[in-house]
Amino acid sequence: MPDAPAGTLYRGREGMWSWVAHRVTGFLIFFFLLVHVADTSLVRVSPEAYNAVIGTYKNPIMGLGELGLVAAIVFHAFNGIRVMLVDFWSQGTRHHRLMLWIVMGLFVVTMAAFTPRHLMNVFGGH
Amino acid sequence: MAQTVTPSALEAPRSPRSPRSRRSTRTNYELYGWVFMRASGALLLVLIFGHLFMNLWVGEGINAIDFAFVGGKWSSPLWQTWDLLMLWLAMIHGTNGVRTIINDYAERDATRIVLKSALYLAFVVTVVLGTLVIFTFDPCPPNAPAELLASFCTA
Repeated sequence: MPDAPAGTLYRGREGMWSWVAHRVTGFLIFFFLLVHVADTSLVRVSPEAYNAVIGTYKNPIMGLGELGLVAAIVFHAFNGIRVMLVDFWSQGTRHHRLMLWIVMGLFVVTMAAFTPRHLMNVFGGH
Repeated sequence: MAQTVTPSALEAPRSPRSPRSRRSTRTNYELYGWVFMRASGALLLVLIFGHLFMNLWVGEGINAIDFAFVGGKWSSPLWQTWDLLMLWLAMIHGTNGVRTIINDYAERDATRIVLKSALYLAFVVTVVLGTLVIFTFDPCPPNAPAELLASFCTA
């Protein structure tokens, strides 16, 4: 396989960048999933062991990490719907750019609702 | 005038593909994978948004999660089934996605084999572990302090 010349940008613009973002978010979510199954499996060790590991998820730094995780999931989910519409809807390729802006709009609305609620749970008097 | 290609060098449009090129695509597994990513993706959207809503939004959100919370949830066949389905679909969907990424970026054969072996090992270990945990979980383990357990354990 020949090496791609350095510094090229494929077609760039919305189509490529949404594809890159879909890859990056999917990759991150997968590794969280491996960790999350491992930490949850501590319920089979003892209540104390599980409570200790889930306690680490409640500290502020992890709380911000969870915000990033939810953001990655929300983007991946909404953009995944867009990918399906591009693939299966006859007008999908024509409107893929507009649909990306709709995805970003829904992403902003969802995160605007989730972020204050989660930060209050993480930072609010516990 | 530009040099023309002799007709014999080109196959006629829509002529049957040669046996050689047909052999290189003799299965449809990549097509099934492509369809699975879309079908499982739609299901995972519902399963994961429901999971995040129940665990991070309702009540005190993440502060409410502890052993007793998991005990309460997994006493219900609904959430057992929900989490089992989520585990399997997410692991297959994620493993197939990472497999695609490895195929795209790891150019040496040996690198691809090592990375994909590690990926498939992680898949088997995680799916087996998660499935066993869901099916063998005891919400009221004996000898555990009662204050760490769901209220129905002592009722």
